Amino acid sequence: MVAVRAEPAAEEHASTSPVHGLWALTNRELKKWYKVPMLLFFSLIQPVIWLTLYGTGMNFGTLFAKGISIPGVPPSEVASLSSQFMLNVFGVSNYFSFLAVGMLSFIVLFTAMFSGMSVVWDRRFGFLDKVLSTPVSRGAIIMAKVFSSVVRSLAQAAIVLVIAVLMDMDTSHFSVVGIAGTFAALFLMTLGLSSIFVMLALRSSDWQTQMAIMNLLNLPLLFASNALFPAKFMPAALQYVVRLNPISYGTDIGRQLLLGAPGLNTLAFDFSFLAGFAVVFSAIGVVLSWRYLTR
Amino acid sequence: MTEVAALVQVRALSKSFDGKSFAVDGVTFEIGAGEVFGLLGPNGAGKTTTIKMMTTLLRPSSGTASVCGRDIRKDAREVRRVVGVVPQEYTTDEDMSGLENITLIADLYGIPRRISSPRARELLRLVDLDEAGNRKVSTYSGGMRRRLELACGLINRPSLLFLDEPTLGLDVQTRAAVWSYIRKLKKEYGMTLLMTTHYLEEADSLCDRIAIIDHGKIVAMGSPRELKASVGGDIIQVGLKEADGDASDILRKVGQVREVKRTSPSDYRVKAEVGEEAAPQVMDALRTNGYHVNTISLTKPSLDEVYLEYTGRSLRDEDTGKVDAMAQRRMMRMARS
Ligand SMILES: Nc1ncnc2c1ncn2[C@@H]1O[C@H](COP(=O)(O)OP(=O)(O)OP(=O)(O)O)[C@@H](O)[C@H]1O
Ligand SMILES: [Mg+2]
Repeated sequence: MVAVRAEPAAEEHASTSPVHGLWALTNRELKKWYKVPMLLFFSLIQPVIWLTLYGTGMNFGTLFAKGISIPGVPPSEVASLSSQFMLNVFGVSNYFSFLAVGMLSFIVLFTAMFSGMSVVWDRRFGFLDKVLSTPVSRGAIIMAKVFSSVVRSLAQAAIVLVIAVLMDMDTSHFSVVGIAGTFAALFLMTLGLSSIFVMLALRSSDWQTQMAIMNLLNLPLLFASNALFPAKFMPAALQYVVRLNPISYGTDIGRQLLLGAPGLNTLAFDFSFLAGFAVVFSAIGVVLSWRYLTR
Repeated sequence: MTEVAALVQVRALSKSFDGKSFAVDGVTFEIGAGEVFGLLGPNGAGKTTTIKMMTTLLRPSSGTASVCGRDIRKDAREVRRVVGVVPQEYTTDEDMSGLENITLIADLYGIPRRISSPRARELLRLVDLDEAGNRKVSTYSGGMRRRLELACGLINRPSLLFLDEPTLGLDVQTRAAVWSYIRKLKKEYGMTLLMTTHYLEEADSLCDRIAIIDHGKIVAMGSPRELKASVGGDIIQVGLKEADGDASDILRKVGQVREVKRTSPSDYRVKAEVGEEAAPQVMDALRTNGYHVNTISLTKPSLDEVYLEYTGRSLRDEDTGKVDAMAQRRMMRMARS
């Protein structure tokens, strides 16, 4: 037999660019998300509960001001002591505002964590096989998951910010540049985090394992950061973890830019760290997808 | 077979998932341009694994294949560009409509919308889904989904189409419809097809050539006619009373009988040149020797016999029911989760 070489119709090559497939897949993910507003609503409940119970219910400033009565010291004196305490500990006079910025990181982390889940689902429902049997690049399959997760995280963070402002957040330091800078930081953070969680799911077809990984990582990542508490009062060992945790950097940038609070690091350092984190992990994700997406 | 150009050349293709046993074990075959080639075999024979390797979804453990002039190991992406795949399981996205699914797949092939939009509609019409095209796939019946899969597999005008159990779990009417699509593809588009199936009549009526695969190995290959001829002669199935003991030797002594196989303690497969003449002689010989003949049947060779001959199993009796039950379960799993 003589071998035949078949060619696809020439017209079809016209617009075959890597971006074409990447956009198509990202769009599919986003459609799923905005077509189900309930999902968006539910994912916002948790940060709002945290803000309400923790931010207003357990407000440290109020505790100090109302909780201390020293005989002979007038209440106005206590109040000024209290605000001094808040500034020293949290860098802001209002714990709610401190926590609100932490909640931006929180929602970004929780949304990014689900990016791995959708890989598992696509594998289980066979859709991943369908995509893999087309010539779209393996990297595009992974980056579509990451990008859609990035868009979702940022949208959710924006909504949480609006809710926080409506509740009680201090807006006296807000500026366009500050808000843009904060979201740039959140962008880098979610890019890296989403890549990590997508990577963890590359080979998996088991959503229970994926859930277990998420549960194992979410609270430690949150508590071992400055999202809820200032890092400087943590034990030294924990402070090392905080300094490795990308969530600390996103939060640190947010507090400096939105609240004018003193930072752990300079903005330049924070941004460099996050940029490195995002680039390294998204690159690893793409490289691993070439190797591991097919068995 | 006649000298045709080979669009597909598979060379000693093997796959082992666990490093010990082989799901596909040194499979070699060629498919000529314009041919419909069938892989026929029982559950777990390695049909899907073979297709997955040829469509670059699985890496072969050894061996290779060239598809449309491209090597599946070296030019995986080019292979994917020129072939179409209709997988065994449902792989469309349930949350999207049929039209959205097929358009998305077109995008992944990099086909510009001005070409893909009319083509998607044309394909949906081909598989009678033009009305349901805008409905979510989760509202489709099993047959509708399978037809949607078929349409998706055709969106890139493939030179070679892989059909993995295209009619599994379909009712008789839908199955007939799928058959007619397959014939149409061959006739109107000159498409080359590789299909797997459990249904012998399907392989018999659709395929130009068939490879029977069992335990990962090809045990027989040829046109349906060649395969039937290879079995040699008519088959007389005899069922005796169990207590009567082995009658093989008595059967062999009958003049016209060529071959005797004891398939169970009481059942025998007897091959004879002209079954109509041999059957009465077989009866007489058994009666004379004190055996009780419970059942006797005469079969002219069909693909069933070929299959039985080469795999030692009858597909029609045991497997088909099981397979459909499996397909049903698979669908239910999808529906539930
Ligand atoms: N991902 C996998 N991991 C491990 N073993 C596998 C995997 N896929 C298939 N196998 C094994 O390989 C063998 C061949 O499976 P394959 O799916 O190719 O069979 P098949 O001929 O398509 O069967 P069916 O008619 O049931 O579809 C089976 O024994 C199966 O258990
Ligand atoms: Mg199969």
